[in-house]
Amino acid sequence: MGPNFLDNSFFRNIYCNLSESDDIRCSGGGWLGDGLLPGGFEWLAFLITAIVMAMVLINLVLGSVLIFIWAERRLLGRFQSRSGPNRWGPYGTLTPVADAIKTLFKEDIVPTAADRWVFNAAPIIMMVPAMMVLAVIPWGTGTFLADLNIGILFIIAITSLSTFAIVMAGWGSQNRYAMFGAMRAVAMLISYEIPMALSLIGVLMLAGSLSLVSVVNAQDVPFILVQPLGFLVFFIASVAEINRAPFDVAEAESELGAGYHSDYSGMKFGLFVNAEFMATILSAAVIVAVFLSGGRGWDFIPSQGWFIIKMVPVLFFIVWTRASWPRLRIDQILTFAWKGLIILAFINVAVSAILSFVWPDPSTAELWLMAAINFGVLIVSVLAVGSWFGPGTAGTPKMAHGDSLPRPRPAGQPSGGDS
Amino acid sequence: MIGLGLFNGLVVTMKAAIRGPVTVQYPDRRVGLLGAAREVGLSPFQFLIKRPKDAVKAAAGFATVEDKVKQAPRFRGQDFNWYEERCTGCASCAKFCPLGIIKIETSPSATLESEGEVYNIDVFDIDIGRCMFCGICVEVCPYDALHMGSGFESGQYERKDLVITVDELKAKKKTPSTWFRPQMEAAGYDPHSGEDRPWDDAGRHEQPGDEKLTERWVNDR
Repeated sequence: MGPNFLDNSFFRNIYCNLSESDDIRCSGGGWLGDGLLPGGFEWLAFLITAIVMAMVLINLVLGSVLIFIWAERRLLGRFQSRSGPNRWGPYGTLTPVADAIKTLFKEDIVPTAADRWVFNAAPIIMMVPAMMVLAVIPWGTGTFLADLNIGILFIIAITSLSTFAIVMAGWGSQNRYAMFGAMRAVAMLISYEIPMALSLIGVLMLAGSLSLVSVVNAQDVPFILVQPLGFLVFFIASVAEINRAPFDVAEAESELGAGYHSDYSGMKFGLFVNAEFMATILSAAVIVAVFLSGGRGWDFIPSQGWFIIKMVPVLFFIVWTRASWPRLRIDQILTFAWKGLIILAFINVAVSAILSFVWPDPSTAELWLMAAINFGVLIVSVLAVGSWFGPGTAGTPKMAHGDSLPRPRPAGQPSGGDS
Repeated sequence: MIGLGLFNGLVVTMKAAIRGPVTVQYPDRRVGLLGAAREVGLSPFQFLIKRPKDAVKAAAGFATVEDKVKQAPRFRGQDFNWYEERCTGCASCAKFCPLGIIKIETSPSATLESEGEVYNIDVFDIDIGRCMFCGICVEVCPYDALHMGSGFESGQYERKDLVITVDELKAKKKTPSTWFRPQMEAAGYDPHSGEDRPWDDAGRHEQPGDEKLTERWVNDR
């Protein structure tokens, strides 16, 4: 029994070239033959293959960050009746490269009052969770760095590490705007961790495993259909987790300058931006893996291709919402999480629990039946929670006596003491 | 219903995206192969064969074409058109200029007095660095010799370069704006077509030709 990545032909070739594995998938050898390394050195073959895999995946994701930055700016331009970047390279495709070069050569300023260690460490720590999430995402058949049996738990745990980086950046800058941004980010991220984790429980009940590979394998029907409410909650929560509009209060340009990275310049700022865009791409990847059946599809396109094709509409929708919806206030965001999303997530957990109790090991037909029931639950529960909020009441501060605004006082009556 | 506003917002932006950008990318915009071929008036295939170098450049996205807003014929820019042949050197423009930025120096010419009082124009400086383009000089010109121009790209690096000299005025292409010149507008003249307006076709009261004079002064009597 060889490592899991032998399902991928590229990595199988590298591995089987090097090692004398007795795995059945290695029987044909690699491009160059079989067993270049002597027996007993399978670990070295494994190490080399793993390093190659890591390099390939990390560089592909970093490259796709550049493409995504370009695509987002072009799309935002379209949505706002502008052209977007269009001068440097065909259709402006080289603009992110020019930006990267500019960022690299800019002066790196550290404020005098800053806490130097914290200030310098923050951007690096920001990059770490994005890189680590990369490991467990199944990009296609056999194309993953590690098939952790706690993959989803790992993702939820690791992504919340970026909160530390934001707090460190805000604190280390010794800047009020940065601190405000950091505090908002913490309040928001802590709130949205809960519905995010809860919304995945329904998926876990269906898949019976925390491993992302098993979740993908369990999706004979894509879980966006079987778990529509869970998808809705997870999508909103993950948009909030990656600090994007309409939840981008942490770096609200019009209020806080640039929020927690106000004082950063040069490549440290570049790392923050890079980490944010990487987080966007990776959260789209998680959504594809968990809800859109990952790399599964018809055979005429390889599974990695299916994965990327499915990521495109998710990313497009994230950009589309950014162009369309205004930024929420911080209290509206928190109210939405605690009074709306968590309730919806709990409803989803309860319904999923009942359904998986009725059909413990669902067949495809039973999955479709579950999908129909869950769509009914989605409509009813969203309408119910929405009407409980009511139009215009979300987050409105209430006065003690129940009115949202103080009543005009009758003339002649002394002020104070009207209870 | 609750939440419909979100979808309305999405619809609005999507409509804008489908409608496409409205930006005029002055002074030029980048075009692909199709746009470059349309610009030179060839089909893309002909363009590829006849000018392969330009075609490759355009396909790589490095070709540019001019992109400007079309100006109205009455648009008056930041320059002047002056007809040497029509000017008598009366200096009405200089006298009426509220800012006194027109400087005219004349010398007697060899023209007979019977042919009209015409002087040599030695200096005709218009300092557009201080000009407010009110157009009074154009309005008062009795011989329709001075016109507002239709160009507007007259940026310079130094103030002294903003002074329009008589040589520049003489050498300039005559594309006068039809502002305050109804006779040109009536003739359907468009300065942005690039057509040169001759001096004897620019005024309100053109000098009658010899045949007309003969008819008026000889035949009718």
